[in-house]
Amino acid sequence: MNFWGFNISETRSINYDTNDKDMLIHVLQEVPSCKLCIECGGCTAGCTAGRLTSFNIRKLQMFMKRGENKEIREELHKCMLCGKCILVCPRGVDTRKMILSMMKYIKNNQK
Amino acid sequence: MHTVIIIGGGPAGCEAAYQLASDGIQVHLIEKNNETGGNLNNWYQLFPDRKNAQDLNKRLQEQLNHPGITLHLGMEPSRVEKDGQGRFSVSLSDGSLLEGDALLVATGFKTFDAKRKEEYGYGIYENVVTSVDLENMFRNHAIRTSKGDVPRRIGIIHCVGSRDEKVCNFHCSKLCCITGVKQAIELREMLPESEIFCFYMDMRMFGPGYEEMYREAQEKYNIKFIRGRLSEAAENREHQVQVKVEDTLLGRPLRVTLDLMVLLVGMEASNETQGMARELGVKLAPSGFILPLDPHYGNNLTGEKGVFITGCCSAPMNLTDTLNDARSAAVCITRYLNMK
Ligand code: SF4
Ligand code: SF4
Ligand code: SF4
Repeated sequence: MNFWGFNISETRSINYDTNDKDMLIHVLQEVPSCKLCIECGGCTAGCTAGRLTSFNIRKLQMFMKRGENKEIREELHKCMLCGKCILVCPRGVDTRKMILSMMKYIKNNQK
Repeated sequence: MHTVIIIGGGPAGCEAAYQLASDGIQVHLIEKNNETGGNLNNWYQLFPDRKNAQDLNKRLQEQLNHPGITLHLGMEPSRVEKDGQGRFSVSLSDGSLLEGDALLVATGFKTFDAKRKEEYGYGIYENVVTSVDLENMFRNHAIRTSKGDVPRRIGIIHCVGSRDEKVCNFHCSKLCCITGVKQAIELREMLPESEIFCFYMDMRMFGPGYEEMYREAQEKYNIKFIRGRLSEAAENREHQVQVKVEDTLLGRPLRVTLDLMVLLVGMEASNETQGMARELGVKLAPSGFILPLDPHYGNNLTGEKGVFITGCCSAPMNLTDTLNDARSAAVCITRYLNMK
């Protein structure tokens, strides 16, 4: 029981030292084009899922790159795998394959 | 006396011609159009000092009155040959033949054909123009929509035809960011009431005074900068342009309706640059521009002896760098000729 009514807030900063980069290693192996993203947002601008929900594929990719995997587990299922994001990407990131690879990783590493 | 043949009468070719002639070298300058100046002829004002582009053009033209320079306007080289002694002969489109001891390629760039980026609607939607079209509108002092109204909201789109695998251009054209800032300021001066946006991925303010100009665009001219690459554009019934980007700094998709959309078209090697490279057997970089022998010690040299390059045939360059590069080419050529 929280007798005092106070909590100690958890730090908001990304702890890159302790974060788990295993998903990133897995995905980069399967989809090396992920490395090429320049965060232009083209994929997210036209994303079918992002129009209706808070889904943001560019950000999820960044979360993965920093080892912040919690958000990805919560959000990824919103993608409809329509592939529109691939059509606009100026760096040739195979976003749909990346999403599938992330999904596969999550499925195989349920905690 | 030595003779140098220069192909291309843009700023690089003109400046090199004058520098070489001043060193007592005979110069033949070949220009395909009926006037020199190349792409500079399309420009209104220059960054960062907002100099009238035609003042610089005129100055470069006046320098060509040097007695050592012979101008061949409206001519294209139809054939270039090199003999065993390293002398070049160039046949011109009118059948005449020029001979020289060195060749300077100054065939420059062309702007990206915005129609190739079909989803941006250039040539399809009425109120989509390129940065080159806009310079022309500035020169005529008429910034209007297709219906003749004052555009109340204008969006400037960075990186059109550059940094884009989809159009096979990986390179950054280097000058469009600062061109966008300059054009935003010019638009503001002509249209004090309009809202002006730049949609960018990175603001590449590489030259002296450029970052300051960017700051001034925010502070004094109230230009709004949104970090996100244009994904799609559509036209509504009023012929306005509806654009979709991600506001990447907020992490949310953003839609905005524009009365006028300006595409900052990038730079590609001109057809003449590619043609000369083929004719002379010099190497091209993956960007399609001519590859210099060395990026530090040999930026005016090619793998071919006696063949020199200058200006935007080797990479996108601003005018400051172009003129410097032309002077540097003149030094290289003079040294080469003296050793011959
Ligand atoms: S595949 Fe998924 S992330 Fe890509 S545009 Fe479609 S819904 Fe969005
Ligand atoms: S469109 Fe490509 S480069 Fe741009 S943010 Fe998406 S994945 Fe990255
Ligand atoms: S200079 Fe700016 S607008 Fe032009 S290609 Fe480079 S980043 Fe894009």
